[in-house]
Amino acid sequence: MVHMCTIVPISLTVGANRIVPTVAIPHPLGNPELPFEDEKALRRRLVSKALHALSTEVDGQKVFED
Amino acid sequence: MSKFRVVHYINQYFGQIGGEEKANIPPSCKEGPVGPGMAFKAALGEEAEIVATIICGDSWFAENIDEAKATVVKMIAQHKPDLVITGPAFNAGRYGTACGAVAEAVSQELNVPVISGMYPENPGAEMFRRFALIVETGDNAAAMRKAVPAMGKLALKVLHGEPLGTPKEEGYISRGIRQNYFAEERGSKRSVNMLVAKLNGEEYHTEYPMPHFDRVEPNPAVADITKAKIALVTSGGIVPKGNPDHIESSSASKYGKYDIEGVTDLTPDTHQTAHGGYDPVYANKDADRVLPVDVLRELEKEGKIGSLHRYYYATVGNGTAVANAKRYAEEIAAELKSDGVDAVILTST
Repeated sequence: MVHMCTIVPISLTVGANRIVPTVAIPHPLGNPELPFEDEKALRRRLVSKALHALSTEVDGQKVFED
Repeated sequence: MSKFRVVHYINQYFGQIGGEEKANIPPSCKEGPVGPGMAFKAALGEEAEIVATIICGDSWFAENIDEAKATVVKMIAQHKPDLVITGPAFNAGRYGTACGAVAEAVSQELNVPVISGMYPENPGAEMFRRFALIVETGDNAAAMRKAVPAMGKLALKVLHGEPLGTPKEEGYISRGIRQNYFAEERGSKRSVNMLVAKLNGEEYHTEYPMPHFDRVEPNPAVADITKAKIALVTSGGIVPKGNPDHIESSSASKYGKYDIEGVTDLTPDTHQTAHGGYDPVYANKDADRVLPVDVLRELEKEGKIGSLHRYYYATVGNGTAVANAKRYAEEIAAELKSDGVDAVILTST
């Protein structure tokens, strides 16, 4: 499992092992200020990062920064 | 004044029937105190007496839990108790669970207070602490000498209707109940005092302990993500338009399971958020911002993932009780496993 969330300290506290930081609480996987296509590209980058996290061995908790 | 009536629940071992070989005996009832009940008799003195003792084998209870609870509660009710004592169970898991389950049934069905005793790590303590005053004991029966007077004292206090102090003052395991009171100093002063004490290396007590969270070993990496079946789960409250399961906007009591077969994009007409803890405008306009169905469909089409699982699961993570969240997770995980899902993307707001 990979946890995609904005407030990484909470994710660390509750014990997620693979964590991908996201954009903002009300729109973790989007940014309404961007034009639609750019926003979707951003979402795709984040989801791809989550897929990369799922494909990566981890030893304890790991935050997948850029 | 007549004595208060107490019924005592114990297992086959403390009931002097036998050890593990007798753990499968069904409940039975004896008049008066048995085993540790004799010590309770002394601790309760002239004010209260154990009128009956219910004895049940730990395995029988665990394997027939509904019948066991019903039978034991019926036996207890026949003796019209003012209070019920279960255990103490120390760190015996099955016994602690039985003591807790009896406490739950007695407090809920008979509305009679229950005193128990357990080692804090006994699973029965965590599961049933809401239903009884569980005195913190040592981890084995050698602690009986300390446990019985402490439980007896608390029992008399409850019987007399005296106000209870905090769990720490009274020596019982927190039931998770918050009680209002007027503090002498305002919150800001109290918290600064705590901080100063902490900086000075002095003892201080938090007024709001954090719940205890599990730690789990990380799962191995997905060997080939292009073959993996991936499921989406969210605590961000994304539901089909109209919130058909009426998931609450806070303190959610349930989760939903929703079919997204053939769905390539979440739109304002099809999906919304039920979450009451963040500004819903952005998610209601485009729920993909919380639950990225659109890009996962693209990645599926391009062969970058094996497939997107047909169902997604959603609840509202806003003031949700940890115990509830844990139960949802257990149920959801079991279904995902039996559906052959290889990996999960969990999104939170």
